[in-house]
Amino acid sequence: MKQLLILSGKGGTGKTTLSGAFIHLSQARACADCDVDAPNLHLINRKTKAPETSDFYGLPKAKIDQDKCKPCGICMENCRFNAITFRNNRYEVDPLACEGCSLCIELCPHRAIEPIPSVSGELMLYADPESIFSTAQLKTGSGNSGKLVTEVKKRMKEGAPKNTPLAIIDGSPGIGCPVIASLSGVDAVLFVAEPSLSGISDLERVVKTARTFQLSCAVCINKYDLNLERTREIEAFCSRMEIPCVGRIPFDATVNRAINQGLCVSQMPGPAQAAIETIYQNITRLIESAP
Amino acid sequence: MRIAVLSGKGGTGKTLVSVSLAAAAARALYVDCDVEEPNGHLFFRPKKVESNPVDVLIPRFNLNLCNGCRVCVNFCKFNALAYINDQPFLFPEICHSCGGCAKLCPQKAIQDVPRNIGSIKRGASGSVTILSGIMNTGVASGVPIIQRLLQIVKEEEGLVVLDCPPGSACTVMESIRDADYCLLVAEPTLFGMHNLECVCNLVKEFRKPFGVVLNKCTEEENPSETFCRRNNYPILASIPFDYEVGRLNSDGEIAARRLPTFEKLFRELLDTITSEVKRLCA
Repeated sequence: MKQLLILSGKGGTGKTTLSGAFIHLSQARACADCDVDAPNLHLINRKTKAPETSDFYGLPKAKIDQDKCKPCGICMENCRFNAITFRNNRYEVDPLACEGCSLCIELCPHRAIEPIPSVSGELMLYADPESIFSTAQLKTGSGNSGKLVTEVKKRMKEGAPKNTPLAIIDGSPGIGCPVIASLSGVDAVLFVAEPSLSGISDLERVVKTARTFQLSCAVCINKYDLNLERTREIEAFCSRMEIPCVGRIPFDATVNRAINQGLCVSQMPGPAQAAIETIYQNITRLIESAP
Repeated sequence: MRIAVLSGKGGTGKTLVSVSLAAAAARALYVDCDVEEPNGHLFFRPKKVESNPVDVLIPRFNLNLCNGCRVCVNFCKFNALAYINDQPFLFPEICHSCGGCAKLCPQKAIQDVPRNIGSIKRGASGSVTILSGIMNTGVASGVPIIQRLLQIVKEEEGLVVLDCPPGSACTVMESIRDADYCLLVAEPTLFGMHNLECVCNLVKEFRKPFGVVLNKCTEEENPSETFCRRNNYPILASIPFDYEVGRLNSDGEIAARRLPTFEKLFRELLDTITSEVKRLCA
C-alpha cells in the first residue's frame, strides 16, 4: 500500500478539499485525517455507520496529595514548565501546563505527588470490510499531537483491507510535531500551495521540513487565478527545487457549496473539479513511477 | 489591553485581521505567535529589525563520568534518551527540556546546554512595533518561543495584538493565557464552523471574553454565522468576500492601510472590543 500525504504549511489552502476529492476519485479503501487539532475530513467523507471511538491517553499528569504535602516547594523550584503554583499555602499542579515529565514525582521528599492518567484526545475509526477511515480529535489545549497522529496512521495501516493500492492522508498545517509525525513512513507528499506572499513563505518552510524525509514530492496551486504573478513565483520555486508542479486549480465558488452540503468537490461539476481530476491523474502516475 | 486573534481552522484570515487591527490603532504592538508559519512580517515589512536567538536546554553527557546506570534513560518519559553502543544517546528533537535527566544522574555526568530552536525578531512599521517568533524548520515544538514572546509582552502597557497559530492545541492555549479578549475569525464553510466550535470551547475553558469576526462572507449560506446565532455568540464584524482585498492580501499589502472602508471597519472593531473590555473590568 502506497501512502499519499497532503500538506500545505499554511492553513486553509485546500488540503481537506483535495483529500476528500482524491478519496472519492480513487475510491480509497484506506484514508486518515492527521489534522487532529482541527479535523474536518469526516465532514465530507461521510460514513453511514458511527465510528468506533476510544480514548487516547497522553503522559500522566502530576497531582499533589495535599494530605501528604509538607509545603517545601522542591517541586515548584524544579518544574521547567511553570506548572506548579503556590497559593494559600498550597502547592498545586496546573494540568494544562503539566507536560508529564514526572520530575516532581521523583524529587518530592514526602512522596506526595502521583501520576494521574490523562486523556488527551479521542480516536475514531470508521471500519467496514471494504474500507477504513481513521481520524481523531485532540482535546482542546492538549499537547501530544504528534503521538496522536502516529496512532491515527497506525490504525489506518493495521485496518486497511488487503491489496489496498493507495491510502490518502490529510495532513495538518504548520511544520511542527503533527506534521513531522505525519511525514514518517509515507511514500509521497502533495503540497497544496496558495498564490500569496504568505502562501509562498509557508510552502518554502514545509518543503524544507519534508525534504529531510527523502520522499517523492509534488506541488499543486489552488485558487491560482487570484494572483497569477504569485502563481508563477510558486512554479519558479518548484523548478528551482526540482519538485514537479502537477496542476493549477482555479477559484471556484462551487467548492464551498460542495463542502457546505457535505460533499467532495469531485461530486460537483465545475472548473475546480476538472482541475482536481487532472492533478489526481498526475499524482497517481508519479506515485506509480516512484521506487 | 491584549487581544488574541485565533480561529481553529487555518487560512480564515487571522493574520489579515490581526495586522489590520494593529495598523488601524494609533499605536500597537503586533505579536506573531504562529511561530511555525509566521507571516505578519511579510505584511509590515518592519525596519530596524533586531534578532535574538531562542534556545532551550538539552542534556550533554560527560562520557568519562557516565557509568552506564541508565537512570536517565529510564526516567525520560518522552523517550528522548536511549543507551546505544554502551553510551547514552539523545534525540534532541524529542527532548522537552524538563531537566530531569541532569538533575537525577547519580554520577553528575549530565550538563544542560543550549540548543537553538528559533529566533525572535523585533522591528517597526509606522506606529506598529512588530514582534515575530520564528521556529527553525525540523524543530518539533515552538511552545518555548511563544512563551518567550509572551514574557516580553507581559510588561507592555498599550495595545497588544496576538496573532495566534491555527488549531486549539497547546500552542494556542499558551497564546491566549494572558489575553484580555479573544477575537475569533471564521469563514463561511462547514469546516470553518466545526473548527470555530473547537476554539470556542477553548476560550470558554479559559473563561475569556470573546467575539467573532465573519470573514469572506458571500450571499450564500454561512454555517459559521448560523452557529454563532444559535449559541448567542457576539458577531463583531462581517467582512465581505472581495477580490480586491484578496489581491492586496496575497501581495502582502495591509488592507487597512490601503482601503479607507477597511480602516474604518477595523477602527470600529477596535472601539467595540475596547469598550467591551472596559465594561468587563468595571
